Amino acid sequence: MRPVSYNIKKKPLEADISMVNMPEGHQGQGFFATTLDSVIGLARKNSLWPLPFATSCCGIEFMATMGATYDIARFGSERVGFSPRQCDLLMVMGTIAKKMGPVVKQVYLQMAEPRWVIAVGACASSGGIFDTYSVLQGIDQVVPVDVYVPGCPPRPEAILDGLMRIQDLVGRESLRRRNGEQYKALLESYGIQ
Amino acid sequence: MALSNEYIKEKLVEKFGDQVTDFEEPYGLLTFRSGKELNLKVLNFLVEEETLQFRFLTDLCGVHYPDNKGQEIAVVYHLHNLKENVRIRYKVFTSVAQPDVYTATGLFAGANWMERETYDFYGVNFIGHPNLKRILNVEEMDYFPMRKEYPLEDQSRIDKDDEMFGR
Repeated sequence: MRPVSYNIKKKPLEADISMVNMPEGHQGQGFFATTLDSVIGLARKNSLWPLPFATSCCGIEFMATMGATYDIARFGSERVGFSPRQCDLLMVMGTIAKKMGPVVKQVYLQMAEPRWVIAVGACASSGGIFDTYSVLQGIDQVVPVDVYVPGCPPRPEAILDGLMRIQDLVGRESLRRRNGEQYKALLESYGIQ
Repeated sequence: MALSNEYIKEKLVEKFGDQVTDFEEPYGLLTFRSGKELNLKVLNFLVEEETLQFRFLTDLCGVHYPDNKGQEIAVVYHLHNLKENVRIRYKVFTSVAQPDVYTATGLFAGANWMERETYDFYGVNFIGHPNLKRILNVEEMDYFPMRKEYPLEDQSRIDKDDEMFGR
């Protein structure tokens, strides 16, 4: 058998349990003062509960991402829910047909603020190789998307990279963003009240 | 004795005479056609006849031949005799100006959705179908996509460069 070697450069374990970095703030004896935005952002980004809207092949890659090798639970997405009422992150993975478009929109509408959408794979981002009369050419025709993950299908590492970018967005989001004019205009452009 | 293609052909010609024509055997699968008015009679015969018993409808689909004027759209039935493991293909042709064909839902329950799909993609109107409406495409679609005159690509895209993608 051909010799296989993984991990040929062994790195020493830095810490048994990795903790999140503290946000910037002022600390003293028994207290720590920081902005509410950063604390809430920190809490939200490390506990994103995804709603997997897995339609085709990218869904299989997501199943691999949820498995032990590329664990998505490390990033806080331990509880993957299938109810939009209880989830923060809508992960659309796979080809969405034009007939399925209103369904995706309905699921998006049922989610509570704050909500984020990640379009995984080429089909969800832009229709992929299916440039036909029946495939929706990109999720962003029906719902506003935050992060696009390219690939056909994207490797689990790529999906995790997309999740980490969502985490950046979540960590830095201002608490008043969802009430602001720009967000309202964005939703209006999709016909969502 | 296994059911042979010659035997099936004899039985069909005995019953229908010269109304069933064009007997061919591509890859060993007996194929024949008839006029579209006879489709239920022929199907009934194939199902009910003691020695034939083609009781399983494997597939019902359509084909569009734009060059056969007057007989553009074909409806193809694939039947299977489960006991003897023999298959048969039966085609009826209809014109695109008046694509009416009698429905096979009385004989086969499985024909229901397959006829809806044939209607959705080719526009074949199945007379007597309980629920003939679009099944796979969006309800508001006003054309029949698998006909040869319509392109595959989504015409509402504005960001794809036509020269690069050879449209």
